[in-house]
Amino acid sequence: METTGIHTFKRIYVWEGPVRAFHWINAFSLLALAVTGVIIANPPAIMSGAEATNRYWFGITRFVHFAAAYIFTLGMVYRLCWAFLGNKYANWRVFFPYTKKGLHNLGHVIKHDILLMNPKNSDFREIAVGHNALAAMAYSGLFILMAIQIFTGFGLYADNATWWLPKLFAWVVPMLGGDAAARLVHHIVMWLIVIFSVIHIYLVLYHDWLEGRGEVSSMFGGYKFIRKERVKKD
Amino acid sequence: MIETTEKRQTYYESIIANGFSRRDFMKFTAFMAAYLGLESSAIGQIDKALKTTPRLPIIWEHFQECTCCSESFIRTDHPIVADILLDKVSLDYTMTLMAASGHQAEAAKKATMENFKGEYILAVEGSVPMGADGNLCCIAGRSAIDQLRESAAGAKAIIAWGSCASNGCVQSARPNPTEATPIHKIIKDKPIIRVPGCPPIGEVMAGVIVHVIAFGKLPELDSQGRPKAFYAKRVHDSCYRRPYYDAGLFVESFDDENAKKGYCLYKVGCRGPMTYNACGTIKWNNGVSYPIQSGHGCIGCSEDNFWDNGPFYERLTNVPGFGIEETADKVGAIATGVVGAGVVAHAVAANIQKRKELKKRVEAGKDVEKNVERNI
Repeated sequence: METTGIHTFKRIYVWEGPVRAFHWINAFSLLALAVTGVIIANPPAIMSGAEATNRYWFGITRFVHFAAAYIFTLGMVYRLCWAFLGNKYANWRVFFPYTKKGLHNLGHVIKHDILLMNPKNSDFREIAVGHNALAAMAYSGLFILMAIQIFTGFGLYADNATWWLPKLFAWVVPMLGGDAAARLVHHIVMWLIVIFSVIHIYLVLYHDWLEGRGEVSSMFGGYKFIRKERVKKD
Repeated sequence: MIETTEKRQTYYESIIANGFSRRDFMKFTAFMAAYLGLESSAIGQIDKALKTTPRLPIIWEHFQECTCCSESFIRTDHPIVADILLDKVSLDYTMTLMAASGHQAEAAKKATMENFKGEYILAVEGSVPMGADGNLCCIAGRSAIDQLRESAAGAKAIIAWGSCASNGCVQSARPNPTEATPIHKIIKDKPIIRVPGCPPIGEVMAGVIVHVIAFGKLPELDSQGRPKAFYAKRVHDSCYRRPYYDAGLFVESFDDENAKKGYCLYKVGCRGPMTYNACGTIKWNNGVSYPIQSGHGCIGCSEDNFWDNGPFYERLTNVPGFGIEETADKVGAIATGVVGAGVVAHAVAANIQKRKELKKRVEAGKDVEKNVERNI
């Protein structure tokens, strides 16, 4: 069945409010964390010949990093809860596409979107409504990276903390062999998340342009557009 | 060398017998209580313990090490520590400081192990080579691992002096040719106090020993087996240059104006923010200074693998497997650039490959546009 031409589309509510809220909380806290993190790792030489009195910009940068880390962590916990409460596109099962259907969809995505092939028998029903199988795998990978950041980050933070929550992660740093190793992991994983973001943003634009179903705006309004034929009851 | 069969003196008795006054003794107890971070009422407890408990025999083993721990120890602030506590009173065996040598020394050790089985403290300086059946380090014709197992068997507790015994230090740096191994990875069935540092601060070493003899138990240890009183904080957190760090004022190179002004050494590789030690408060050489105060960054000598976490004059550790001068930032930036270029190439290829599909869709969209009445 062809995928282009004039068709009737139905508006479907894919991303519920909590999913969208999580997405943007996550995106902006990650941005804040990456920017402040890079500054903390290699502070710019913007001042010289000054006295420390009344200056605290580096302390503030670190404060922003830690505050954003808490928001980021809470956002992730929130999303994990929503994986059990939300609709079928938010459900935790989505992130384990290792079923026959899921693997079939994976093949479709690799052929169509990664290798850019144009198989003759392509069917619009094969285009995922929520996350496609490959994206779902990438997001589970991202969740693992985010978890590593939370564990190493709070682990490094634990010794300065007075609250019990960060102290729960105190065992992480010795397990990795000290602060230097933990910092290195924290830093490398930051770059992996940056690389993820580049690919993620590109593919959202790609799907928006090549499928014409409102991929980009779906993360603002929550709606996507699917062909009328895909809705069982009209 | 003291005879292990003599009547066991208390610490106080032996201190007085060695010509110190009671006043010296009281100063010493107050001094120790302060270093251990105890309140003033504990001075009385230490005083009482040193007057009533018989001296604790100590066997001090030397394996793969440079003796800097012993050197540091005998330079502690207070003369009683060096003169009395170990050199004359407590040390039953330490091959670098004892008068006896050869068979006599080994006999003294054996006597202590037999007479004070389950009571003596084993102090270990140096790591143990596990490679080549342990033959890479032999003392008195026997391998270090053999010696360690024997002397650890009857010990009440083990003190792992310095980074060698507690972390492996330079001998265990990659590629670790002798398979140098810290004590806690060999002896699993004894309480072990790790006192890392290359060397540890003399006062810290004295503090640990005084705590053991004064209270009859090990000091409070953290999850790494290090005494909390000395290793709970990072050097960074007690550094007198910390205000410059929070103000974002950094030394850029060792010869710049900022270095002269005493700014934070973070950007020239100071390991203070990742090193747990008491250098910032107790300092070195009788409290005179410590590396950061002398204008050099901390090299993190009390941390695990500190030789492999180099280079010492750069902030970030080298990424293993990416060449010696590559840092995570460089690798990350290059990888991001490569991915970015790949994404652009993919976008171009997609538009070419899918041009028919795209064209059809655009045309379909245009058709709809034509059939919609313009009302605004």
